[in-house]
Parts: sequence; C-alpha cells; structure tokens
Amino acid sequence: MNWAGLYTVLSGVNRHSTAIGRIWLSVIFIFRIMVLVVAAESVWGDEKSAFTCNTQQPGCNSVCYDHFFPISHIRLWALQLILVTTPALLVAMHVAYQQHQEKKLLVLTGHGDPKHMEEVKKHKMRISGSLWWTYVCSVVFRLLFEAVFMYIFYMLYPGYQMVRLVKCEAYPCPNTVDCFISRPTEKTIFTVFMLVTSSICIVLNMAELVYLVVRACARRGQHNSNPPSGKGSFYGHKLSSEYKQNEINQLLTEQDGSLKDMLRRNPGLQEKGDRCSAC
Amino acid sequence: MDWGALHTILGGVNKHSTSIGKIWLTVLFIFRIMILVVAAERVWGDEQDDFICNTLQPGCKNVCYDHFFPISHIRLWALQLIFVSTPALLVAMHVAYRRHEKKRQFRKGDQKCEYKDIEEIRKQRFRIEGSLWWTYTSSIFFRLVFEAVFMYAFYFMYDGFRMPRLMKCNAWPCPNTVDCFVSRPTEKTVFTIFMIAVSSICILLNVAELCYLLTKFFLRRSKKAGNPKHHPNHENKEETKQNEMNELISDSCQNTVIGFSSS
Repeated sequence: MNWAGLYTVLSGVNRHSTAIGRIWLSVIFIFRIMVLVVAAESVWGDEKSAFTCNTQQPGCNSVCYDHFFPISHIRLWALQLILVTTPALLVAMHVAYQQHQEKKLLVLTGHGDPKHMEEVKKHKMRISGSLWWTYVCSVVFRLLFEAVFMYIFYMLYPGYQMVRLVKCEAYPCPNTVDCFISRPTEKTIFTVFMLVTSSICIVLNMAELVYLVVRACARRGQHNSNPPSGKGSFYGHKLSSEYKQNEINQLLTEQDGSLKDMLRRNPGLQEKGDRCSAC
Repeated sequence: MDWGALHTILGGVNKHSTSIGKIWLTVLFIFRIMILVVAAERVWGDEQDDFICNTLQPGCKNVCYDHFFPISHIRLWALQLIFVSTPALLVAMHVAYRRHEKKRQFRKGDQKCEYKDIEEIRKQRFRIEGSLWWTYTSSIFFRLVFEAVFMYAFYFMYDGFRMPRLMKCNAWPCPNTVDCFVSRPTEKTVFTIFMIAVSSICILLNVAELCYLLTKFFLRRSKKAGNPKHHPNHENKEETKQNEMNELISDSCQNTVIGFSSS
C-alpha cells in the first residue's frame, strides 16, 4: 500500500463528489502528493547525514538533530495527506451502503439481473438526505485536519523558514555548538510551496461547504414554495430521499405483496432521483 | 503517485488534442520526463555529497552549497514539468463535463441524441470548437507562461546555463575565501543544455499550436460570414445544443421536485 494504492481508493470517490470536490482531489494528488514523492523527499533525503555540528564530541550531532527536528517535515506532510484524504472514505462507504440497499430492493422486485445491477453500480448518487450530512461531515473533518496540521507545523517550526545555523547546547555537546543544516533554502522553498497548496485546499474545502449549504437551503426553499399536497407542515416533506430511504427500509423489512404494490404504484421513484444532478 | 500516474492521467487528454498537441505530449514524456528520471537524476544524485570545499571548518560546505544552489536543477525541472503538464487537465475536465451532459441526454431518451450506445459517447472524440476551443487555447497559453517563467527563473538563479567547476565562497563560517568544487560539472552542463533545448522546442510547438488554432478559428468565422444561408444551421451549433441541454436539465429539475412533492 503506497500513494498509488491511495489514489486507486480515492478515485472511486471522485464520481460522487461535487465539482469543487474533484478539483480539490486533483490539487491534492498533483500538487501535494506528487510534489512530495517526486521532489520533496529527495531534498530531505540527506537531512540527518548532512547535518553537521562544529564539534568532535560523539553523540552531539545526533542529540542536536533530534532536538531541532522532533519529526521531519516529510513525515509530517505524509501524515497530513493521509489524514486529510481519509474522510472521503466515509462518503465512499455511505455510497456503497446505499448501492447495496438499492441492489437488495431490485432483487426483491424481481429486477435482479446483471444489467440492472451494473446500472446501480454505475449511476451517480445525488448528494441529498443522509448522504449530504455524511459529505458535509467529511468536508468539515478535512478542514479540521488541515488546520490542526498547519498549527502543529507552526508550533514545531515557527516561521516556516528553515535556518542555516542552529545553536545547540544539549548534553553531551560542550558549551554551545554551531550546527549547520543541509539545503536550508531549498527546504524553505518547498515548505512555502506546501503551505500555499495547503491553504488553497482549505479555501476549496470552505467553498465546497458553502456551496453544499447554499444548495440545501435553496432546495428547501423550493420545497417550501411548492408545498406537498396533504402534508401541511413545514417539515412535512423534509428531505425527499430520506422519505424514499424510509420507504425502502420498510420494504426490505416487511417484504410482502402489499409493499410490492406500493412500489408498482410509484415506478419512477428510483429513476426520478437520478435525473436531476443540478439539484 | 509518480510520473507514471501523471502519464496515465494525461494519456486521456491526448485523444482530444490537435496533432501538434500530441507531438508536444510525446516530446514532454520521452525527451523531458524520461530523460529526467533515467539520466539526469543520477547525474545530480551525489551533488551535495561530492561538493567539496577546501577547508576543515565544519558547516562551511553546507553553507556554501546552500548559497550557490538555492534549489537544485532536478527539483526545478520536476516542478516545471508538473506545472507545464497540468493545464491539459483543464481540457480533460471540460471534455469529461461534455461527455457527462451527453450521457445524461442519452439516458433521458432524447430523440435528438445521435448516439446509439453509451459506449459510443465514452469513445467519441470532441471537436475543438465553441467553449472547448477557449479552454484549449487557455491551457496552451498557461503552458507557455509556465515554461517561460521557469526558463527565466533558471537563468536568473544560475547566471546562464553553464555549471562552473570551481566556486569561491566566503559565507560565514568559512574562513576568508574558500574554493569549492562541484561534482560532474561538464555532464551537468550537457544535460542542462539538453533540457533547455527541449524546453525551447516545446515552447515553439505551443506557439505553433496556438497559431494553428487561431488560424482555424478565423477561417471558420470567415466561412460562416461568407455563407449566410447556412447561418441558422451551423452558427453556434454547439452553443445552441448547450442551451437546449441546459433548458432540458432545468425543466427536468422542476418536474422532479414537483414529482416528489406529489408522491
């Protein structure tokens, strides 16, 4: 399991994301993971071997390196990228669960042939109802992880700049010793680059959050202006796919002819929801 | 996620490029990325280990290396290649969006839809016209800008494209002035000139592609102006189709909402 494996796993999520979500995923893979693997890892490759202290005292080099670099930038970025990309798996799991429910329903209603099963697997889920909440949670978690790591970075390496010289007085170094870091300017350039892309990702996540909330409010506003017949309350219609989900759950648990009749009365229930991805 | 993955991503764009675009992509992958990975990375592999300064002063070597090489050639080229290949993804996204619209039209069972099979939509190659022309032209423009910026950054940082054998350094903590020797300077100069030459070829190809697209655009426009009879059928055919599709989508949304509220 390496970055390529993660790419395979997350590519599947891409299909059920919003447009902003897809852009975010591209930025993550091309400007962060790829730059990390192809460029940054070789810059930090010799960070310990080329860390030189002006002393012959054995152990001083190791102790000073450990004191100034409790965790290397590269490892911190790798952890950040893994944690930031993982919430998308929540969405993938929810989509898989919904697809499983639909497949069960199809089998129940006698449409269990491979063609219909393939259709279920291929169609894009609407981000509404409980999936909307899962998606919004995943975006919130992404934002949280990004912010936490940016803060940790700032706490560990204040200023984001890599200095050329650090003065070390940890035991067993005699008095104060000058220690020189390898490639500080190149490291600063890459640190700033990764910081900028991280900020871009934060902005994209916030934009996606705002977009989802606005879309949900607009949809709710539309439902209010077209009040459902026979359901007088404001929340009477609520989120249509939750209503649909409850029906499906009922069908699956009861499994009798009268429910199949209900399905027959509303044959377009399944198809209508997929047609409008602008909603 | 490495160069192979980038190749997979960009391979898809190839189908919707012009012939010059396809040549450019080939030059990029074979003469730049492959050379970088297979040859140049080895040449620069020991750049710091074998950078030797004539002093015993600890830290002097590190400081002098950092002073003369703020960012290594290899990393600069890697960043340049990533930035230069990324605008092609704009085109890929636009094509994916168009394909998605056509699939939706097909699923609705539209009579006007000329495809018999969803597979046909997936394999179809889109003509570079209408909004796709603008996306494609912008992507070429950005490519040119990135190439030029990186070439300039290179020239600015390394004062020309030659790698000297000897550098004189007097940054602290080096005592007075110290001679520092670069490892494999001639080989590095050879590869630097090679990469610059290929970069220039890519710039020329991009300029040629831009001229080709502009010429095609103006020719098409003058043809339309010269044949006003065909005006209603051909002019903005793509835009008309797009408007129709947008109308259909917004109508179906209305119907869906009403449909749910009545069920």
